[in-house]
Amino acid sequence: MSERQSFELNCPLPVSRHEKILLGHGSGGRLTADLIQGIFLPAFRNDVLSALEDQATLSISGLHAGSGQRLAFTTDSYVVRPLFFPGGDIGCLSIHGTVNDLAVGGAQPLFLSAAFILEEGLPLKDLERIVASMRAACDESGVMLVTGDTKVVDRGKGDQVFITTSGIGLVPAGRQLSIHSARPGDRVLVSGTIGDHGIAIMSVREGIEFETALESDTASLVSLTQAILKNCPTVRCMRDPTRGGLSSAVNELAAASQVGVKLLESAIPLRREVRAACEMLGLDPLYVANEGKLIAVVPAADAERLLEVMREHPLGRNAAIIGDVVAEHPGLVTMRSPLGGERIVNLLAGEQLPRIC
Amino acid sequence: MKFLDEYRDPVAAEKLRQMIFRVTTKPWTLMEICGGQSHTIIKYGIDELLPPEISLVHGPGCPVCVTPVELIDRAIGIASRPDVIFCSFGDMLRVPGTKHDLLTVKAAGGDVRVVYSPLDCLRLAENSPDRTVVFFAVGFETTAPANAMAVWQAKRRGLENFAVLVSHVLVPPAMTALLSSPLNRVQGFLAAGHVCAVMGYEEYEPLADKFQIPIVVTGFEPLDLLEGIYQCVCLLEEGRTGVVNQYVRAVRREGNQRARELLSEVFEITDRKWRGIGLIPQSGFRLRSEFAAFDAEQRFPETMVEISEASVCISGQILQGLKKPHECPAFRTQCTPDKPLGATMVSSEGACAAYFHYGRFHRAEQVSLEVISKP
Repeated sequence: MSERQSFELNCPLPVSRHEKILLGHGSGGRLTADLIQGIFLPAFRNDVLSALEDQATLSISGLHAGSGQRLAFTTDSYVVRPLFFPGGDIGCLSIHGTVNDLAVGGAQPLFLSAAFILEEGLPLKDLERIVASMRAACDESGVMLVTGDTKVVDRGKGDQVFITTSGIGLVPAGRQLSIHSARPGDRVLVSGTIGDHGIAIMSVREGIEFETALESDTASLVSLTQAILKNCPTVRCMRDPTRGGLSSAVNELAAASQVGVKLLESAIPLRREVRAACEMLGLDPLYVANEGKLIAVVPAADAERLLEVMREHPLGRNAAIIGDVVAEHPGLVTMRSPLGGERIVNLLAGEQLPRIC
Repeated sequence: MKFLDEYRDPVAAEKLRQMIFRVTTKPWTLMEICGGQSHTIIKYGIDELLPPEISLVHGPGCPVCVTPVELIDRAIGIASRPDVIFCSFGDMLRVPGTKHDLLTVKAAGGDVRVVYSPLDCLRLAENSPDRTVVFFAVGFETTAPANAMAVWQAKRRGLENFAVLVSHVLVPPAMTALLSSPLNRVQGFLAAGHVCAVMGYEEYEPLADKFQIPIVVTGFEPLDLLEGIYQCVCLLEEGRTGVVNQYVRAVRREGNQRARELLSEVFEITDRKWRGIGLIPQSGFRLRSEFAAFDAEQRFPETMVEISEASVCISGQILQGLKKPHECPAFRTQCTPDKPLGATMVSSEGACAAYFHYGRFHRAEQVSLEVISKP
């Protein structure tokens, strides 16, 4: 009996459905094709992507010489640990981040590319989940993912998934938003509470987990920016204060426009949970990341109008006027404390490190 | 937020400020011991709210700042070993040793991790039996009980792959050293409330007697500090000395009895070198011989090197309250949080970092404008 067993045919057919990413998925051969046909195409299916050309050929209606319209183009890479966090995951983050960079520049985002660097051993179901989340974020933002790439690296040579997305959008004729355009007398607004994303991520990071109902604010700002531009066209500039937080965004603005900015600490919207976590961890919420917020600069006369427009939008309900653009101290951001003292808000030096006690 | 907003109330702050103005008739120099207090003062601009007669100087109570450079180098040596997982509170990672810092070790492949509690290291040690988990046990009396508990638990659980690199320092000996210095100009102290929450304030009473000085145990929120300053100025104006407890919601005279018992079970008093100040006798903790197995210095007996500090850095004088950060020629120029010359520019509790981050406009205006006007 045992002898017979040893002669049984054991056909060495390759396993066709893997549970995990293998190096072969990046080979350009059969497994790569499986990945494209099985995961990417079904998620993002559209005529341009489905053609599987080496390049996406796009026709953008209205864009021709002399029309005054301009292309906006941006790229960003996404590395986040853990991949799935309260309120989002690396997938939707990789769409929101790139789309938002276009949207705050006044562009209507149209097309995206996505490049994946996958670590050998990544569960396929995680990839599927990420891709589904990307698809939903594309739909929410009204963009098409039209070209992509996948590479697989040896186990230990990456951290599960890295995603790079690039995006193209169209800026209508006559629209000129710029970080250089803030003027003394303008007011600065933020579209909602700050620090939600950074603290939500931190709450699930190994070693410092803490319980909170807080979720990342990752969201597409396309419809909010469109509403702002439609109803308050005098807005001079918008920025999404992602990595580096509110402080970096406002500092960049002050430096580029060669103006001073005076912020009012008590006006800056902050969730109780974020404030508590920052108090506990010794962090400053001004430097904590956001993924679904924007700051806007507008002439003072239109500030209330802009505030109203923001608050009417679901993503702007907690919007607030947080400061003024001034002629004094160009390039410098200051903040008035609730007790009346005024201090400088600097750019962050290196990483924000939790303190001792 | 409850338990915070009450202590940051602008109306109450204004009331205290007026009380301080009413009571102040002469110039007084007060020192807040703890770097956390310095930060609140600078962040909220409290020193700007005070009468011009009152001068606040910043004390040595920043654990990161006073950890001697030899010990940072030792930590770097241990953290570089492939058989070690080196755990530390976050703000120690950027403190410069002789050549580099712990972040550089991490970038070079060392396993350096930030933890929030030394007790997390025990779990890590249990899960990593093939490597030694070393915790950098830094701090004043405030962090000492948790560090003592980690060692005590490790012994109880028989965890052989856990060790601590101890650099614990104590407040009262540092105050004695400051007050004994011929250069001393401190007339009243705001003692560190959280240190006293552990140790109580009995040990400050003989100090107040010997040096005829008022000591007010003070909390860390803006109203705590304003009230502490008010009480200290009242004592000075009345010519009284002694210890007063402002931080009654957290501090009792005898401190936390159980924490103190644990401390004396695990640690014994030893001489310690303070960065920027020098050796202060009987000013720190080391592990008792019963816990020697958990002493990283004994487990990894690398050679100790004597090191001298960068000469331009005046952190020693800052930690003794003799100078303020903006009086340093390197402040904001050669020395920034990106490229610190001394530890006082690193920690969020360091006086130089506080001045850098939260410095008020008029003080920093000149320098900032210079920086900005460069192309």
